[in-house]
Amino acid sequence: MSNQDNSHDPPYHVAIVGSGPSGFYAAEALLRSDLDVRVSMIERLPTPYGLVRSGVAPDHPKLKQSILVYDKIARHENFNFLGNVELGRDVSIADLQATHHAVVLACGAHADRRMDIPGEDLEGSHTATEFVGWYNGHPDYRDKKFDLSQEVAVVVGQGNVAADVVRILAKPVDELRHTDITEHALEALAQSKIREIHILGRRGPAQAKFTAKELRELGSITNTNASVNAQECVLNDQSKIELEAKTNTNAVKNLETFRGFAEQDTSVGRREIKFRFCLSPIALKGQERVQEILLARNRLEGPAFSQVAQSTDETETISCGLVFRSIGYRSVPLPGLPFDFSSGVLSNIEGRVVDGDQPLRGLYVTGWLKRGANGIIGTNRADSIETIKNLRADICDLTIETMPGIHGLLSILKESDVKKVTFSDWQKIDSAEIERGTAKGKPREKFTRIDEMLDQLDR
Amino acid sequence: MAHIVTDNCKLCRFTECVEICPVECFHADSEQLYIDPDVCVDCSACIPACPVNAIYEVIDMPDDKTPWIAINVERSRALPVISEKQDPLPTAEEHRAKLGF
Ligand SMILES: Cc1cc2nc3c(=O)[nH]c(=O)nc-3n(C[C@H](O)[C@H](O)[C@H](O)COP(=O)(O)OP(=O)(O)OC[C@H]3O[C@@H](n4cnc5c(N)ncnc54)[C@H](O)[C@@H]3O)c2cc1C
Ligand SMILES: NC(=O)c1ccc[n+]([C@@H]2O[C@H](COP(=O)([O-])OP(=O)(O)OC[C@H]3O[C@@H](n4cnc5c(N)ncnc54)[C@H](OP(=O)(O)O)[C@@H]3O)[C@@H](O)[C@H]2O)c1
Repeated sequence: MSNQDNSHDPPYHVAIVGSGPSGFYAAEALLRSDLDVRVSMIERLPTPYGLVRSGVAPDHPKLKQSILVYDKIARHENFNFLGNVELGRDVSIADLQATHHAVVLACGAHADRRMDIPGEDLEGSHTATEFVGWYNGHPDYRDKKFDLSQEVAVVVGQGNVAADVVRILAKPVDELRHTDITEHALEALAQSKIREIHILGRRGPAQAKFTAKELRELGSITNTNASVNAQECVLNDQSKIELEAKTNTNAVKNLETFRGFAEQDTSVGRREIKFRFCLSPIALKGQERVQEILLARNRLEGPAFSQVAQSTDETETISCGLVFRSIGYRSVPLPGLPFDFSSGVLSNIEGRVVDGDQPLRGLYVTGWLKRGANGIIGTNRADSIETIKNLRADICDLTIETMPGIHGLLSILKESDVKKVTFSDWQKIDSAEIERGTAKGKPREKFTRIDEMLDQLDR
Repeated sequence: MAHIVTDNCKLCRFTECVEICPVECFHADSEQLYIDPDVCVDCSACIPACPVNAIYEVIDMPDDKTPWIAINVERSRALPVISEKQDPLPTAEEHRAKLGF
């Protein structure tokens, strides 16, 4: 902490809601600033790290190493973590504002988007959100059931989440056994009869959102053949323009990969991944459960880089027993705060929460809740740096009152029977998970129920 | 498969990559940036952030750029971490145009 003029003043207290990447990078930016600041982070689960724990795929352990950075932030003397405390359930915005000079909302975007088509809620139709949460041990999805005795699955959407879903469905289960995938998912996947996975894009191969690396990986899964429909890989003029842009290297790499898939021998492989393009689901059909998906063929319209899918009269049906929609996440409105429904974010200007164009005093937002459900872990670092820069600029004007910070919050929580989880409590849960994993040759075996997590604290 | 900063960064040094890195693996001298391959988690966030395509994942690197693998290892170890964006070099815009971006 630097010796600035106000170093003799009482410290500023900032509450951060949510312990995903954006919350931790906001804490980092605050603790590195010239302010004498105390950070209180609250998290609705007993476990920190948001989607790095419950989203990032179990077979991508390297990407989870950002946790080492968060762990270091959490050990800072001016940082406090309170898990199992939910904004809206255990504390209100008013509580946080009564105890802290500023509040940074970093709650992410955990709800799913809907296709809004008939049959969407038939048995066998799921969201990627549920499937990912289930195999990664998020307590909200612990008891979901997926009928993996089906032979054909359709995944709607061509982003990196769809790639994760397809990979986990296609990979031989033995290659997942030494990851931190949950035991219940391993057991179910070991019985999987899935033979064919269709992955549908509403636009063309040049517009697929996979990063090049994730797409390539889908072509190198053991005993699995990846193919594209060659006709659907023919590019229109606007897509050719898109590929010529010097900065569009990801799409160029993806196209090379798709063309390689087209040339692969399709006779080998226990499982098939079939990439399909320019198709939009218009209905899911079946008696009691999904039996087929009805698709409309699309035409791309509009100029390069803003081409949209326009459905034609041509249709096609794929028989399938499982459908996963992976068409993006969305945030949910927070009670009493302005929400921008058109972009699915908390209304804000560069991280300052606004009502119309009026900033709401002391309220900030970052991460997926600020900009929508896009971008990878690192994107949230730049995003939080921006938010905290604005908070830093405002904070001296906010108030000169002394605030109780975490102690004030703890007295509010004392009145309810919520069992708070401190960072050292989390470390106990963490050690217990690692210990359970070691026996099985896994980096950890996650607890998947909140009770089980809290039980560790009484030991 | 680590990520590598190559010569396109020279005379530009836009530093857009630095704040988007989740693990602060960039190091810098006054000329350009380098990635510490032992810290990089291979998330590729920095690749599209660079205005002049200076960053490659090793697997995608053109053959003539391979000497940069060793240079990144060596320089990153010798230099301090850069974790905040800085102003680009005065030559940056001119060089960007020359590189065709
Ligand atoms: C399936 C999936 C896989 C991904 N894989 C990768 C990957 O491999 N590599 C990569 O770079 N990026 C990946 N991403 C993207 C990355 O996870 C996100 O960019 C990042 O997690 C967004 O950070 P966030 O902090 O805004 O949200 P989150 O990570 O969602 O964190 C929000 C936190 O807030 C908490 N919270 C929510 N509401 C409340 C409340 N009311 N009170 C208290 N706490 C609350 C949540 O429990 C959560 O812990 C993936 C995303 C998904 C969905
Ligand atoms: N390994 C990793 O690095 C990793 C892993 C997982 C997630 N992430 C990141 O997390 C973020 C979220 O990923 P995501 O996959 O959920 O989102 P995404 O990248 O935005 O992909 C969403 C996909 O759904 C399609 N879609 C949207 N609405 C649709 C509709 N109504 N009908 C049919 N298709 C529709 C989109 O097509 P259009 O293009 O036509 O809109 C797109 O193909 C991304 O930034 C992603 O990169 C990263």
